[in-house]
Amino acid sequence: MAKDYPVLGSKDTRSGFGDALYQLGQENEDVVALCADLTGSLKMNAFKDAFPDRFFQVGIAEANMMGVAAGMTIGGKIPFTGTFANFSTSRVYDQVRQSIAYSEKNVKICASHAGLTLGEDGATHQVLEDIGMMKMLPNMVVINPCDYNQTKAATLAIAKHHGPVYLRFGRPKVPIFIPEDMPFEIGKGIKLIEGTDVTIVATGHLVWKAVEAAKELEAQGISAEVINIHTIKPLDDEIILDSVAKTRCIVTCEEHQIAGGLGESVAGLLCRTIPTPQEFVAVNDQFGESGTPDQLLEKYGLGTKDVIEAAKAVVKRK
Amino acid sequence: MTSIQDLEALTTQVRRDIVRMVHANNSGHPGGSLGCTEFFVALYNKILNHNPDFNMDGNGEDLFFLSNGHISPVWYSVLARSGYFNIEELATFRKLDSRLQGHPATEEGLPGIRIASGSLGQGLSAACGAAQTKKLNGDDSLIFTLHGDGELQEGQIWEAAMYAAGHKIDNLIATVDYNGRQIDGDVDDVLTLGDLEGKWKAFGWEVLIENEGNNLSKVIDVLEKAKSLTGKGKPIMILLRTEMGHGVDFMMGTHAWHGVAPNDDQLAEALNQNPETIGDY
Repeated sequence: MAKDYPVLGSKDTRSGFGDALYQLGQENEDVVALCADLTGSLKMNAFKDAFPDRFFQVGIAEANMMGVAAGMTIGGKIPFTGTFANFSTSRVYDQVRQSIAYSEKNVKICASHAGLTLGEDGATHQVLEDIGMMKMLPNMVVINPCDYNQTKAATLAIAKHHGPVYLRFGRPKVPIFIPEDMPFEIGKGIKLIEGTDVTIVATGHLVWKAVEAAKELEAQGISAEVINIHTIKPLDDEIILDSVAKTRCIVTCEEHQIAGGLGESVAGLLCRTIPTPQEFVAVNDQFGESGTPDQLLEKYGLGTKDVIEAAKAVVKRK
Repeated sequence: MTSIQDLEALTTQVRRDIVRMVHANNSGHPGGSLGCTEFFVALYNKILNHNPDFNMDGNGEDLFFLSNGHISPVWYSVLARSGYFNIEELATFRKLDSRLQGHPATEEGLPGIRIASGSLGQGLSAACGAAQTKKLNGDDSLIFTLHGDGELQEGQIWEAAMYAAGHKIDNLIATVDYNGRQIDGDVDDVLTLGDLEGKWKAFGWEVLIENEGNNLSKVIDVLEKAKSLTGKGKPIMILLRTEMGHGVDFMMGTHAWHGVAPNDDQLAEALNQNPETIGDY
């Protein structure tokens, strides 16, 4: 029987960030927060209200925010920047590259509303290229947690990691299924479900889809191993290689373009080690559009049924 | 090194360093470096409370950020001659495995550099952040920056300008190397800055103007004046009129030497105009 993950509730992952940031504010007086006019959207109000001297409203000026954050590290502060994922990456790529990544600054770039599940605002805000951009930068750690509890744990963990981090999370309420006490270690994947026929590696909101898919696949006689890769960089090579040594095929799932995403990182690893049939559940070279999160995931091929179909297809390619 | 005569001698020596460094690998930016030599000599010898035994955080020290990183030769020379590293290392400028990258960087661990610069427009933001950390830490030291005038065409500068005034960052002294020239020509021809004094004032800054930016005493005076204006609720801007290529006559009066190295004959002439004072590296 595939291990069951009961739904513990439903919350947005950004709230996991906001709650953890508030906790960090209490625990570590070097933690400071910057926001570009999206305090409510990023759930940073609790931190702002409790620690007004350590909260910096930057206004709608994200390039400046990245530079200010980089400068704040000089003297020992640990800045957490908050804005949408689009404005945390593509809008400010050169600032992040030069002032943060190349300069090895201890900045935590915290990015909400990533991916299609931003929903109705449409493609201008639905960044699907951010993982690729950020993972290409030397020194940058890239993390995409899957639910409220994991986002909270990830936020606490990155405060203890010295160096630049990109933390990606989202807007909609999604099931909470990661136990609150599950350890979170940067760069270490989590084997959620043991299986023997196919490996499903997922990140972010797609992890729950993978868990749901594994249950349905089991009913259809296919034993799926589900691995939660919350840290895309550095990638946990070992957990992936151990799994495909057993299953000999893999599906990667993410709310991102195929180009530059987790799937390409996994494909790169496998082609250098154990060439393995792989299917990609990801957006295929398209911009998104307005719609509800569920409608968009279905239209762009990121639903539970798409994970199931990909798993069945890749098993046949063994 | 306190007398003005000693500092004039150092200034001449730094100019020799600049042209030799750029000539040695036929690349680099001599024009702006030569134009800002007085500024760097004044800053590191008369203004900054700094410790050449470098640490990144610099708590209790004044910090300097170079936003127009391409004038790295003058910074490297002054850092070396202030004791941050051995002057012999200037010979490695822009060479493979050097800590003296073409544009300043932290990755190789060169003492004195706290953030990479080169892609323009980013230094004022970083300086604002460092200044705010000083305030959070109860550290009443100051933050200094230098920017090119052409660099002010970057939008991020004005984001930072608004931020510094809005947050009353009054432990920050920025300077613009107001030489009126950039790669493609005169700033007024490429994209005029218009009423630069009026712009900074309108953004809420205290503005000082020094028209003799290649006069060491005047540079020291304006920096001291700026220091006296800190702590009064406003960031401070110095518009420092300089001459690109100052000290080497054939490099002056033109934008042509922004990023061009002298050949052997030109080097000899430049060195002839700047005789050795305290010793070549």
